[in-house]
Amino acid sequence: MIGKDLLQLRGMSRETITTILDTAEQMREVGRRRVKKVPPLRGRLVVTLFFENSTRTRTSFELAAKRLSADTLSFNVSTSSTAKGETLMDTARTIYAMQPDAVVVRHPCAGAPHMLARSFPWRVLNAGDGIHEHPSQGLLDMLTIRDRFGSLEGRCVAIVGDVQHSRVARSNIWGLTTMGARVLVAGPGTMCRAELAGLPVELRHTIDDVVRDADVIMLLRIQHERLGRGVLPSPREYASFYGLDMARLRTAGPGVMVMHPGPINRGVEIGADVADSDQSVILDQVTNGIAVRMALLYLLLGSAGEPTGESPAVGAAHVAD
Amino acid sequence: MSRVLDASGMALAIDRLAEGLLAGLRGGWPAGPTAIVGIRTGGVPLADRLRARAVAAGIPAPARGGLDITLYRDDLYTGLEKPLVGDTDLPFEVTGCGVVLVDDVLFTGRTIRAALGELHDFGRPSWVRLCVLVDRGHRELPIQPDLVGVVVRTQLKDRVTVDWQRDEVWLRPEPGASESGSSESGARRATGGPDDR
Repeated sequence: MIGKDLLQLRGMSRETITTILDTAEQMREVGRRRVKKVPPLRGRLVVTLFFENSTRTRTSFELAAKRLSADTLSFNVSTSSTAKGETLMDTARTIYAMQPDAVVVRHPCAGAPHMLARSFPWRVLNAGDGIHEHPSQGLLDMLTIRDRFGSLEGRCVAIVGDVQHSRVARSNIWGLTTMGARVLVAGPGTMCRAELAGLPVELRHTIDDVVRDADVIMLLRIQHERLGRGVLPSPREYASFYGLDMARLRTAGPGVMVMHPGPINRGVEIGADVADSDQSVILDQVTNGIAVRMALLYLLLGSAGEPTGESPAVGAAHVAD
Repeated sequence: MSRVLDASGMALAIDRLAEGLLAGLRGGWPAGPTAIVGIRTGGVPLADRLRARAVAAGIPAPARGGLDITLYRDDLYTGLEKPLVGDTDLPFEVTGCGVVLVDDVLFTGRTIRAALGELHDFGRPSWVRLCVLVDRGHRELPIQPDLVGVVVRTQLKDRVTVDWQRDEVWLRPEPGASESGSSESGARRATGGPDDR
């Protein structure tokens, strides 16, 4: 039902998303136990393979794997072998030779996880590929929204910021609309334009236009690495036109929920007081992230047979599907 | 499909269990805090009825709990579709508590092994007793019940199900069991029955 890998939310069915979120709710209960560990992935190896720096996503996946009793191994490639000139496939072959059952991949190029999924029989979980998708983030955001409203159907979610370059936004847009939510988008013209044409969203130009109608305001991090490329004049200008401060938050409905995938830039996309307000669910998102990743690992691993016991021909471009 | 117990037979079986339970709670078992814990899904309605009997008999109400053993199963990797995980809820201090584990049907004993494993991840119970409505035999592990409502003779591939709406126990011979020896666990899973696994 869920398939071999988790690569993207685009095209994922409503039933599959519901199963993942329901399972995540049960996994959250494990996180409330005194012994926060259950045995289903005992003896399994989960590798995190990150070609971009990330602490929170990687540690969240590792903690999720550990709570299911899997072993974890972390490859931070941005500081190791690629710096020495190794190709993605060679790195992958090396890791494959260690016989992992699943690999969690983050890569600056869209489609890199798809290639690793096609080339080896391991399970691949996309932890962010370029500006394409970040499906586990989309799922944890949906779980957080569902917790509050009971259902995603008919909810109005505003995504504010650099939507065009955001894999978080893309995963949320596909997942939320599949679940029957409406997605509004606002941001500077350089960050929300032509690329969005094919996405099922309603584009508005000012943050005030979306805050008014939203049940949920999802703020995206301003990626400082993109500043100075003609995309954005300055963080200060962004804050005054698109930052969510208290004054803007007051124009929203009383039950509005403020989300942010982190790490936050206080005073830029989110006012310091907004980040600490009762409306902010940023820390719930972190807790839900562990539960969603536990659900994904549980559902993906083992549903199709024994752990990879035999030693495969390393380097052979093994096609699993 | 044949009916093993009708509503009156079921009432008798539950009476038998309640009698044993009350004797245990009144001093047959070590004193101290106790809990009645149903194994999901079939054990929960039985646990609730037995607990109600204890309360009606004036025994200090034992704590109530439910265990979902999915994450502790020993057959998660047999190539079948992943079973969905249900609620586990033990709202009491397990360490030092006496626990009466309750299930509807006892079969291979594997569910009970899983339940014991999960229970011990919550704490160290001072003792555990096992109470089942139906013992259908074919144990694969050294696990025996302390209290049994009814013993039913079955073939290995039969299915035994408890209908808690109508208070009936049904036995369905596995169709074509003699031809396909490998379909056993798959067929049992596919129907999602509450029997032992």
